[in-house]
Amino acid sequence: MSAPARPRADLPYELPAELQIDTDVARTITAGFIRSQLEQAGFERAVLGLSGGIDSALVAHLVAEAIGAERLLCVLMPYRTSSAESRSHAEEVAGRLEAPSRLVDISPIVDGYFDSGSAPEGEPRAEALRRGNFMARARMEVLYDHSVTWRGLVVGTSNKTETLIGYTTLWGDSASAFNPIGDLYKSQVRQLAEAMGVPDAILRKQPSADLWPGQTDEAEVGSSYAELDRLLYWMVDRRRTEDELVEMGFERAFVDRVVKLVATSEFKRQMPPVAKLGPRTAGVDYLYPRRRPGSTRR
Amino acid sequence: MGLVQLAPRLGVVEENLERHLEALAEARSRRVELAVFPELGLTGYLLQDLNADVAMRLDDRRLQRLADATRDLSAVVSFVEESEDHQLYISAALLEDGELRHVHRKVFLPNYGLFDERRFFAAGTLMRSTPSRLGVRLGICVCEDFWHMPTPLLLALDGAQILVNVSSSPGRDLASINESGLGTADSWRGINRTYAQLTTSFVIFVNRVGVDESITFWGGSEVVAPDGTTVFQAPLHAEGVFVAELDLAALRRERIAMPLLRDERPEVVLRQLERIVRRRAGEHEAGGEPRDESDDEAEAVP
Repeated sequence: MSAPARPRADLPYELPAELQIDTDVARTITAGFIRSQLEQAGFERAVLGLSGGIDSALVAHLVAEAIGAERLLCVLMPYRTSSAESRSHAEEVAGRLEAPSRLVDISPIVDGYFDSGSAPEGEPRAEALRRGNFMARARMEVLYDHSVTWRGLVVGTSNKTETLIGYTTLWGDSASAFNPIGDLYKSQVRQLAEAMGVPDAILRKQPSADLWPGQTDEAEVGSSYAELDRLLYWMVDRRRTEDELVEMGFERAFVDRVVKLVATSEFKRQMPPVAKLGPRTAGVDYLYPRRRPGSTRR
Repeated sequence: MGLVQLAPRLGVVEENLERHLEALAEARSRRVELAVFPELGLTGYLLQDLNADVAMRLDDRRLQRLADATRDLSAVVSFVEESEDHQLYISAALLEDGELRHVHRKVFLPNYGLFDERRFFAAGTLMRSTPSRLGVRLGICVCEDFWHMPTPLLLALDGAQILVNVSSSPGRDLASINESGLGTADSWRGINRTYAQLTTSFVIFVNRVGVDESITFWGGSEVVAPDGTTVFQAPLHAEGVFVAELDLAALRRERIAMPLLRDERPEVVLRQLERIVRRRAGEHEAGGEPRDESDDEAEAVP
């Protein structure tokens, strides 16, 4: 039986009433989804990047619950400036789950490019962001290489909030074979993570992309996740217009800013368009399920 | 009767056919007289351009194999039907005693939200009840057909005493305020109960489980009695053959106590529908009220 929707005061994080989910149903659906994605592709194992943050910690728990922790490879991929706390949290998650893990230091990959004279000269202001994006893509490359040796699919760990506002690196952290939490807002990720026993320290800490020291998501985005999630929920899921959102009590400037973030990141949520030339074009009028008879690579 | 809540493999007809035969054998061994399979149970749901690859003519030997397994029982199965003129329909067929006795082609194809059925399928045009070896007429329809009010009305007026809806309903809306944890499940349960009561019929709802691409089907198949009480509810997301008992005497009692069908006014509905269809086509907009309505008013004066 589900809990009534009212704000819960007993939590280490803010959970708006309208975002409360039935975590049992969420676990059932995501577990079935994970098993089915692997089975349909002919794989028995999975691999993911464990950052020490809540999103990848939750996905690790979901995958472990769905297929067993021994079939999940957790790859820790710190850069030399990554926080030591992130790493110890990642180690704690893999250790508690008893999932195999590997440590890959991505510093030589990133520094090898930026410090060898290979990288083009750019505005100094953009340097941190470029390095951050490069790190995210380096991690993607490491994961896809492990996918071959581990014989497992790469599981995505992007949540709905960051996907909608485009707070992701294209082909970096957004790249995966499938994503079990991409339709859960950060607040819902926290709720599900709590229900699944993700360590308390991870639940309580400030979310951070950890691309540079001291970075936090909420400072960068300029709002709390609870407030941002509520706005996105009413805007996207419940189709409220901007005027209606302001009437509901959201600041006009906040609404405008988030509308713009969503619109400017539309391209990150879609496959690149292909120029239509032939009679039948992939993604346009050649439309097949990803997994169809004969698609299993076993 | 048996509710076969299975998880078809997308596009793999032979494997799904075997699953159907196994389920029929299980149903038979459990003395089931009517086994109902979900929408597109033989093909999976999210077919897109696989639609033509998995389509079957009504004389397809694979359908005949299934029919052969229905000696002394009835089964409702669903698949992509290719008509003689090569239209593709989402169909549900009644198989009995080795024969294909009735086919319903899905009339209402959803094309909104996560649905894109009209791109890939033709819409059926008939809503008929069918006699069955159970001794009562069945009203067979498919998923979205039940989200349109004429469906239960037409089937019940046409003599159906058991409404059978086969579905591939994707679960969504996880909000914790929902009774079952899933908004979709709550909506369906409301509809099934209401239709059972308003048509004083049994409603058999069979929904698939499993995953096609992004979407997870929630199961939760159920049987609702003519007074709106839930006779049986299968678990959410679990695969299996679930057996429920239908008491046809309860149907007789309910129809005598609540003669709603007797008091339906199909001729009024028909006349009003004809008027509304004409008005919506713009036929009366210039000329004001149609003449037959003023006739009605004149009649009302004593």
